[in-house]
Amino acid sequence: MELANIEELLEKYLDAETTVAEEKELKTYFSGDNVAPHLQEYQAMFGYFSTNKNERFTKTIQLKSQKVNWKWLSVAASVVLLVSVYTGYQDNQQKKAEKIYAKTQMAFGMLAANLNKGNEAILQLQHFEDTKNKIFKQPKK
Amino acid sequence: MKQSEFLKTVMPFKDKVFRVAKRLLVSTEEAEDATQELYFKLWRNRSKLKDYKSIEAFAMTMTKNYCFDRLKSKQASNLKLIHSNYQEKDTPLQRRVELNDSVSLVHKLIENLPEQQKLVIQLRDVEEYEFDEIAKMLDLQPTAVRVTLSRARKTIREQLTKQHNYGIS
Repeated sequence: MELANIEELLEKYLDAETTVAEEKELKTYFSGDNVAPHLQEYQAMFGYFSTNKNERFTKTIQLKSQKVNWKWLSVAASVVLLVSVYTGYQDNQQKKAEKIYAKTQMAFGMLAANLNKGNEAILQLQHFEDTKNKIFKQPKK
Repeated sequence: MKQSEFLKTVMPFKDKVFRVAKRLLVSTEEAEDATQELYFKLWRNRSKLKDYKSIEAFAMTMTKNYCFDRLKSKQASNLKLIHSNYQEKDTPLQRRVELNDSVSLVHKLIENLPEQQKLVIQLRDVEEYEFDEIAKMLDLQPTAVRVTLSRARKTIREQLTKQHNYGIS
């Protein structure tokens, strides 16, 4: 293609008025060896576009999700939470009951000990009574 | 839509989806994830695909939206995309890039363009879509597409000329 023609196309190209076909012509021209020296900066540009078009997606595309199904995971998590809260509550109740039981037992223990003290005192009194009876004669009945 | 039929309609443009995603997201890994994600979405919506005139254009719009969302969330979480890992090892592309330094310069110049210009230049100059196709994909007027494209092309050219002259003097 003539140089004048190329220059004209480039002008249009910069104003974004070229068609796809005309741009292809430009690409072909700049991929060739005899590019005019004053147009060399365009060579890098068109060269880059052509090179970039060769880039490929090399991985395989998967259509089925590999990701963990978060919906089911959340259901499972909430079940675990519920169960643990429930057992925790039960455990707590049990501990509370044990505490109350221990307290009651202690209270009973204290009561028993004090009652025994009273008994001892009464026993002493009894003793006193016996001795008194020995010393003083019992009035005959 | 059956799987074989689905694959026949959507697979031909998987490279285009990947390249457009990579243009916007820069990193190859991100672009691969985006492509994978996009095909999930297409597969999930396969019953609705018949309603679209061009599934390819629809897929491109989805790609654009997905990538813009990704970029937004990246910015929000203050994570910067790594702008240097576009070079892949052992691909023919890489070797050719190394051969021609000014070609990789073009890559950098495009990278510095605003998102919309990047996208338009990718869709037109690499993927060779018609203006009204691009307009539909991006939900723009064809004239707006032309204006954006012209701006992008002129910027790249200007920068290249600057670099070129700098190299000479």
